Amino acid sequence: MIKLPFLKGKEEEAYGNQDPGAPLIELRDIYKIYYMGDEEVHANDGISLKIWRGEFVAIVGKSGSGKSTLMNIIGALDTPTEGEYILGGIDTSEMTDDELAEIRNKMIGFIFQQYNLLPKLNILENVELPLQYAGLGPAERKKKAMESLERVGLQNKWKNMPSQLSGGQQQRVSIARALAGDPSLILADEPTGALDSKTSKEVLNFLKKLNDEGNTIVMITHDPSIAMNSKRVVRIMDGKIMFDGDVKEYAAKL
Amino acid sequence: MLQSFKMALKSIWGNKMRSFLTMLGIIIGVAAVIILVSVVSGYMNTVVESFASMGVNQISVNVNNMQSRSLSVEDMYEFVDEHPDLYERITPNVSVSYPLKNGNETMSSTSIKGYSEDYLGIKEYEMDTGRNLSYADCMAEKRVAVLGYYTAVTLFGSPEEAMGQKIKIGANSLKVVGIVERQDEDELEEGGTDDFVWLPYSVAAKMSRSANISSYIITTRSTDNTDECTDTLETFLYEVFKNDDFYTVMANSELLDELNSQIAMMSTMLGGIAGISLLVAGVGVMNIMLVSVTERTREIGIRKALGAKKSVIMQQFVIEAAVTSSIGGIIGILLGSLGTGAIGTAMGISAAPSFGAVLLSFGVSVGIGLLFGYMPASRAAKLNPIDALRSE
Repeated sequence: MIKLPFLKGKEEEAYGNQDPGAPLIELRDIYKIYYMGDEEVHANDGISLKIWRGEFVAIVGKSGSGKSTLMNIIGALDTPTEGEYILGGIDTSEMTDDELAEIRNKMIGFIFQQYNLLPKLNILENVELPLQYAGLGPAERKKKAMESLERVGLQNKWKNMPSQLSGGQQQRVSIARALAGDPSLILADEPTGALDSKTSKEVLNFLKKLNDEGNTIVMITHDPSIAMNSKRVVRIMDGKIMFDGDVKEYAAKL
Repeated sequence: MLQSFKMALKSIWGNKMRSFLTMLGIIIGVAAVIILVSVVSGYMNTVVESFASMGVNQISVNVNNMQSRSLSVEDMYEFVDEHPDLYERITPNVSVSYPLKNGNETMSSTSIKGYSEDYLGIKEYEMDTGRNLSYADCMAEKRVAVLGYYTAVTLFGSPEEAMGQKIKIGANSLKVVGIVERQDEDELEEGGTDDFVWLPYSVAAKMSRSANISSYIITTRSTDNTDECTDTLETFLYEVFKNDDFYTVMANSELLDELNSQIAMMSTMLGGIAGISLLVAGVGVMNIMLVSVTERTREIGIRKALGAKKSVIMQQFVIEAAVTSSIGGIIGILLGSLGTGAIGTAMGISAAPSFGAVLLSFGVSVGIGLLFGYMPASRAAKLNPIDALRSE
């Protein structure tokens, strides 16, 4: 079980309903409202969604559909205006910035479209970063980061700087970084957006493999063909869920 | 923490030119503080030293008005004898306005004064050749003189040759009975410490045609109770003159105190001016740190997304600013110390960077880093991770 220091004394309460049958992610009637002058923009307009452990869910939608807003909420980067977001039995809707930072650090592994590696750190240091923020000592950090790099097959490049690697390799480093902290959830935002079709396929196959190993993956994409690699598809339009079902069902509808 | 230091060093090294320019302000500021404060205090120490050699245990008495009431030499001697616990020695101090003649030449810089036999002891000088002035010389108004080393050498070639010779002061001729040991080891110069003629005060008074002696030098037994000594003296003088405008009593130690406080003020003022340049340097650090935050918005976003808390981001930027200014401070201290040494040598004074100045300027430079690093750092810490991630 993940230990979150700020829950000191309240662990029971937080983890109490965490029976194996409970969903890893539970969104209850989520609204995210932005104000543009006098106008209200409902980026998320009453979204309810449950995702269980071991699932591979693709969230699909055109740009402006609200899928990025949804990703930010699922990724604990942002809090909803209304509604509850429960991640691993912990309600994050009312959390402070620092508490959200801890949730992101301990429970979520991010894979970004632009890889988002720090250019001035080498590969190993990049992968070590979340472990460092989790407060691990140098030796343990290095061990875990190397293991993680081994999983993506880049252990020999640990000394390299990100700019010395190809796009596909950089994305694999960012996957290694996402895996390093053993997160409950891997959140991939357009993971193939910046890659050619061949490397895209490699990355997607890798995500499938991770899912086969038991990792829960949520992937955000605008491309229905990419979504086909998942097991379950959620389609968002105008801030609402328009479709939620098995990938085969989704394929049939296209 | 250690990690943050490493990160800060890496970031500073990664932007060498920018870091150097940021540091430059601090380097100049710190070096300026150290050089100004140290050179000024070095110079002032030299002044104080030369002042202290004039005797901190001396009290000079000047009577400006001899018309209404008079004070005789005997009265003064009697007063000093009555207070053996307070005073040690006394000598009248009579200036002679006639110049010393060397053939047809006039030695106008030579100090010519009338003293008692005690003056040698007051100055803590020793005789080189011959004898000091004596009590009998003063009483009998003998036309004798004691010369300074420079005066003796200039007039007669050597102290030995000077013995028994006659010197001319105005129209008066005096016999040389002794030469005082050389005082200035480094150089003999006109108007220096070794250029003087002492004669019995009674003779000097007569030459000056002044019936009354108006100036005395009295030494105290200890420098601890100078106040008591001057007070007693003033009381005595007041009883004689009944008006404290008629005389002045000045203890050298008072002058020294005065001088010291002036020096302290001067150092503080100059230090303050240099301090302003440090402040400007601090604003420079803040500026660069703000640029750095803006430039690295994306980096901050990534770090926050990966779980960096506010305090961690904060720490990163504050440490970076503090490390930048500390490195600048250390370089400034080195340059300042070297500069102080060089300027001190050039000016011929012994100036050493004072520990206080080094500590102060280093403290200020680190303080500036922390203070001016805080604002940009807190801006960085408050960045929303989503906005930060989106920035290019």
